[in-house]
Amino acid sequence: MNEGSGALQLVLSGDPALYNIVRLSLVVSLSAVALAALIGMPLGGLVALTRFPGRALLIVILNAFMGLPPVVVGLAVFLLLSRSGPLGSFGLLFTPTAMVIAQAVLITPIIAALTRQSVEDLWVEYRDELNAMGVKPFARLITLLYDARVALVTVLLAGFGRAAAEVGAVMIVGGNINGFTRVMTTSIALETSKGDLPLAMGLGLILITIVFAINASAWGLRLYAERRIG
Amino acid sequence: MSDLPIKLSHVSFSAAATPILRGIDLVLRAGAPTFLMGPNGSGKTTLLRFLMGLMTPTSGTIEWNGSHDPAPRRRAMVFQHPVLLRRSVAANLLYALEQAGIEKSQQDKNCTQLLELVGLVDLADRPARRLSGGERQKLAFARALARSPELLILDEPTASLDPSATLALEQLIARAADEGIKIVIASHDLGQARRLAGDIVFLHRGQILETTSAVSFFQRAQTEQAEKFLRGDLIIER
Repeated sequence: MNEGSGALQLVLSGDPALYNIVRLSLVVSLSAVALAALIGMPLGGLVALTRFPGRALLIVILNAFMGLPPVVVGLAVFLLLSRSGPLGSFGLLFTPTAMVIAQAVLITPIIAALTRQSVEDLWVEYRDELNAMGVKPFARLITLLYDARVALVTVLLAGFGRAAAEVGAVMIVGGNINGFTRVMTTSIALETSKGDLPLAMGLGLILITIVFAINASAWGLRLYAERRIG
Repeated sequence: MSDLPIKLSHVSFSAAATPILRGIDLVLRAGAPTFLMGPNGSGKTTLLRFLMGLMTPTSGTIEWNGSHDPAPRRRAMVFQHPVLLRRSVAANLLYALEQAGIEKSQQDKNCTQLLELVGLVDLADRPARRLSGGERQKLAFARALARSPELLILDEPTASLDPSATLALEQLIARAADEGIKIVIASHDLGQARRLAGDIVFLHRGQILETTSAVSFFQRAQTEQAEKFLRGDLIIER
């Protein structure tokens, strides 16, 4: 009970250190979603609309990678970015950039796989009309991504949810450095193990509130769009 | 570049060993509307899809003005259940104009003209997928005209419309025909064929049984199946 009221006090106090942790979490996860969308959406659309040898295998891989364990992604990105790794010269390890990369790697398969499904379903519906209008392959991809936009908002949400909730990848590549790479999930893990339950609970409360708020606004957007777009 | 005449030579099509069309020989030229008539399952829609170049026959050849390239140049199609894009009415037309290669500077003007033609000006900003059945067909018709086609293919355009919407669409079809657009319609609506058709292609079980002018078809059909069809007997397909 004590811990509960302590957590609430902390959240309401507007503590700057706490504020920084929340801000970094949002910046990292939203950047990761943006990066993953930039890669995953065209990739998913392309896989949906093209036929090539090994396509079925690629789809299975994308679907399987939706469940990648964050710690494994963290380890892989760690090896890439560490001093002796292939990308070590950029000196990105233990920076927020490394955390963005790790989370983007984690959620790109999610966004690509779900985009492929949405675009492919829409293509079945649109194929005859677009062919009758003589739509070229590239315009076809753009058209379908645009017309699937309501579904793709949900796809982005799935990606954001995964990124905001994971702790393993950012812990490994970010290092949970106080004031620099510490985010909500890594703080919660740390504070819990230290026994500072009020802070851990306060952060947990904020994390859930943010995820809830983002989902609520996306749902509102979806309802609005469905009324507007049909 | 023209798409007419379209010449089908010995076109056959089977789906999973079931013959859909058998040995179709047909030439379509500019002129009055051609009606493809026949009971359900006689192959009308499949034949339209071949004319549009959306499918490849199992055997036989199709030539559009001597070319075997199925890419639509000056032809357009309105499907029985048109799929409208998830955008506004006007945006649907602008999209078709863009895809037809109409210059940017002309698109707005053409769009307004098309909206006026089909009477959808007031609904220009509505989401297209919220339109009523009749409005949908009108928009799909306008979208087909956006390609400034010389051949317009219509699949049962009024099958699910009420009489007033049917009348409005028939007027649009007649007007397009008057302007020199070759119309090909699949229909089993005899009244509509009487009102609009120049000639009739009668299909039965995937074969063309009659190709004749509408006048002689309705006066004296040549085959027993067409006679039955005209009398309104139920022709049961097996």
